[in-house]
Amino acid sequence: MSAALLIDILLWGSVFGVGLIAFRRGPPVFKASLREGSMDFINIVPRIALGVIGSGYIAAIIPQEVITGWLGPDSGWLGVATAVVAGAATPGGPVIGFSIGTVALKSGGGVPQVVAYVVAWALFAFQRVILWEIPFMPARFVWFRCAVSVPFPFVAAAIAMVIGKP
Amino acid sequence: MSELSPKNPAPADDAESEPRPGRVRKPIGWSTIIIAALVAVSAALVWRRDGTDGVLDILTHDISLFGGILPRVLAGCLLGAFISEILPHERVSRSLGPQSGLKGLLIGTAFGAILPGGPFTAYPVASALLAVGADFGATIAMVVSWTLIGYGRAVAWEIPIMGTDFTLWRIVISLPLPVLAGALGRFVYIRLYPKRGSDEDAA
Repeated sequence: MSAALLIDILLWGSVFGVGLIAFRRGPPVFKASLREGSMDFINIVPRIALGVIGSGYIAAIIPQEVITGWLGPDSGWLGVATAVVAGAATPGGPVIGFSIGTVALKSGGGVPQVVAYVVAWALFAFQRVILWEIPFMPARFVWFRCAVSVPFPFVAAAIAMVIGKP
Repeated sequence: MSELSPKNPAPADDAESEPRPGRVRKPIGWSTIIIAALVAVSAALVWRRDGTDGVLDILTHDISLFGGILPRVLAGCLLGAFISEILPHERVSRSLGPQSGLKGLLIGTAFGAILPGGPFTAYPVASALLAVGADFGATIAMVVSWTLIGYGRAVAWEIPIMGTDFTLWRIVISLPLPVLAGALGRFVYIRLYPKRGSDEDAA
């Protein structure tokens, strides 16, 4: 069974579960939330379309080699800062992000720098922010969340420096 | 609909047709305009570099990707809507609101860590939490926890690509970050929007 199928089963299982709870509160509650969810979906589809199709073009003009180049073996805090920018600028999905991290580790990148890269990618990869977070969340929240998260790849790198390698 | 706050004693029939607070969104905001401009510039650059074929290649690939994603987006939207309907608003604002303290941040972190699915569930559910009374701090803890210590991406992608040792070690390092991010978020939010903070106190 593929991971995607498992995700879909878990996902629709959860929808069914909370739907059942809503239904037991009474059909009006169920119908209202069903309508609310469908309206959210219809409102969000154009933005998801812009995100999915648009991020493909943005990813095409930021080649992977550029990102890998930024993740050189130069260590220290400058390397961490570069890794954070590289994480935010990495196009594509998790396969690309983690593969770049692995390549950096194997080609002599420092462990704290790679940790900073992976954490920064998880927190701010522009494609996920554009494609998922902004369409679904109030924009004010997204910018605020990103701004507040800026210190944390550095914190992760600092912890990695203190506790050492895996 | 039985969970209306005492401040908002609208009859149930009316409340049903009213949009939930915090979920009213303008169809086109500044973010959308900026992204559309970025996309237009990028597409033009791709066109200059690869010609019309290059532009069409990306378009067909992304449209098929879009088709595959759509059912999950629908599931995420329904999940968010059901959750915001069945969660008791008063209890959510007590346990995840601005006054919820460290406990609220920990609950947000735990919730983000156990949430199934990918971004198509995390963001609709986070948006639903905001709508039913969670504050920015607890919601930031939830989103950051989902992205850094949630098992979904780790199991599906990080362990196969980066290895179990690195992944587990990276997750251990990340454990304190959601609570710290939520606390920093709360700290900054109260100072940026003091008035809004006190409104929430009153509610």
